[in-house]
Amino acid sequence: MNESAGLLTQFVLELGRVTLRGAEIARSFVLRLGRMSLFAGEVLRSLFTQQPRLREVLRQLHFIGVKSQSVVVITGAFAGMVLCVQSFLQFEKMGVGSMALPVVSVGMASELGPVLAGLMVAGRIGAAIAAELGTMRVSEQIDALRTMATHPVDHLVVPRFLAAIIAMPLLTSMVVAMGIVAAYIVGTMLYNMDGAYALKQVKDITGPIDLWLGMVKSLFFGMIISIIGCYRGLNCGLGAEGVGRATNQAVVESCIVILISNFFLTLVLRKTFMLMGWWI
Amino acid sequence: MIEVCGLTKRFGRQTVLEDLNFVVKPGESIAVIGRSGAGKSVLVKHLVALMKPDEGEVQLEGQNLVTLSERQLLPIRSRFGMLFQGAALFDSLTVAENIAFALDKGSANSPSVSERISEVLELVELPGIQGKHPAELSGGMQKRVGLARAIVHRPGIILYDEPTTGLDPMSSDVIDQLMMRVNERLNATTIVVTHDMRTARRLGERILYLHGGRIYLDDTAGNVFKSKDPVVSRFVKGEADLKGVEFS
Repeated sequence: MNESAGLLTQFVLELGRVTLRGAEIARSFVLRLGRMSLFAGEVLRSLFTQQPRLREVLRQLHFIGVKSQSVVVITGAFAGMVLCVQSFLQFEKMGVGSMALPVVSVGMASELGPVLAGLMVAGRIGAAIAAELGTMRVSEQIDALRTMATHPVDHLVVPRFLAAIIAMPLLTSMVVAMGIVAAYIVGTMLYNMDGAYALKQVKDITGPIDLWLGMVKSLFFGMIISIIGCYRGLNCGLGAEGVGRATNQAVVESCIVILISNFFLTLVLRKTFMLMGWWI
Repeated sequence: MIEVCGLTKRFGRQTVLEDLNFVVKPGESIAVIGRSGAGKSVLVKHLVALMKPDEGEVQLEGQNLVTLSERQLLPIRSRFGMLFQGAALFDSLTVAENIAFALDKGSANSPSVSERISEVLELVELPGIQGKHPAELSGGMQKRVGLARAIVHRPGIILYDEPTTGLDPMSSDVIDQLMMRVNERLNATTIVVTHDMRTARRLGERILYLHGGRIYLDDTAGNVFKSKDPVVSRFVKGEADLKGVEFS
């Protein structure tokens, strides 16, 4: 009897601890979401009410767009190649090996292209933004900016935000193009795929909607990467440890949000396109 | 006039500033002294609304800065000039662009801006370094550029946060003399946060001694430096109290 009572007490205590821990995590998540939403709102307000600094936008565009090209080209090419190999091996069992290329094309244009570009840019740019702004914060440069009557969002965040939403669709286009070209090369050279027929299939099956889907998603991913990177940098803890943690959080959170939002964006955008009569 | 009423600031469970009350009159020169961690820098950041208190008010000409949003504070902050502990110069900008930032957000091209930059660089005795980047300058030179940036727009209130920390005695002396020169020229309200007694003696007509999160003493410089109070006296003389500390 005593042993049962002890176990029951232990169980209730453990349940209490788990519930409290869960509530703490949920509270912290909701608070973070609220703060980040306020920050995103401030960015949008600045975007519509203040003149962005064009020189800084161009500088950021060079850093985010031009300097990310090699990374996304390699990523797109190898993702396209491996997708082609796997698709071909499966389709060949049914005697339609040439369908591998349209699968790569649709997959890259609407899903893999924007997601891969988003993940690579989050790793490269999200980290760099968080580290740069975090270092500015710990060295009091952000405070100095504020004492000189300058809002950090106007001066630091908006140029990065604009550059990211311009660069991301362009980088995604590169990933998609490289993926399809690389898959075509692998298909025709390794598996003797009929190149002309495969390309016709690509043209017939890949619609403009697939491309639009990818482009709109990449725009959202650009927003996510820049907002999270800037938010983490501007709100980082003190010292080198704080900057390191902010950098890490920026990359992890951006990647997770990109993967989760990709699913919901697919559902919402396809439904929207259908309602607009774009869907065939 | 700056009025601080019931200012309290906590970081987690630690109360850094507790119920501070004081008034800074226009043109007055005040030194805030206290041991490391006494909350001196936190206090000065509240004066320019870089931090918000947990309780209390900071009023500038009767306007409570605590209730204003970041955007509402922007025009008010242009009345301040601030020299930060580490100078806080923007790494990516040249000296000229750093100074011009306080005037027109970094464009040092216009003749009037360029002339003003040369003028303040001469005032801090660093002529001809407009094109250099902060990384090319020594700590003392960075502080002087920081000082030039803080005063270029002729602010009515100048805040100095540990202006001589990390500098050798000669460089500290240069910064002290430059701050005194700036005070003479601009006749601005000056608040200097320091634990350097030489700086406090030279710049502070009035001294606030922070101890245990409270204003322990608020008096003229003469009275503070002659104080018989053991806590104040030990601090201004730089004498540590090691009673009770055992070495093995």
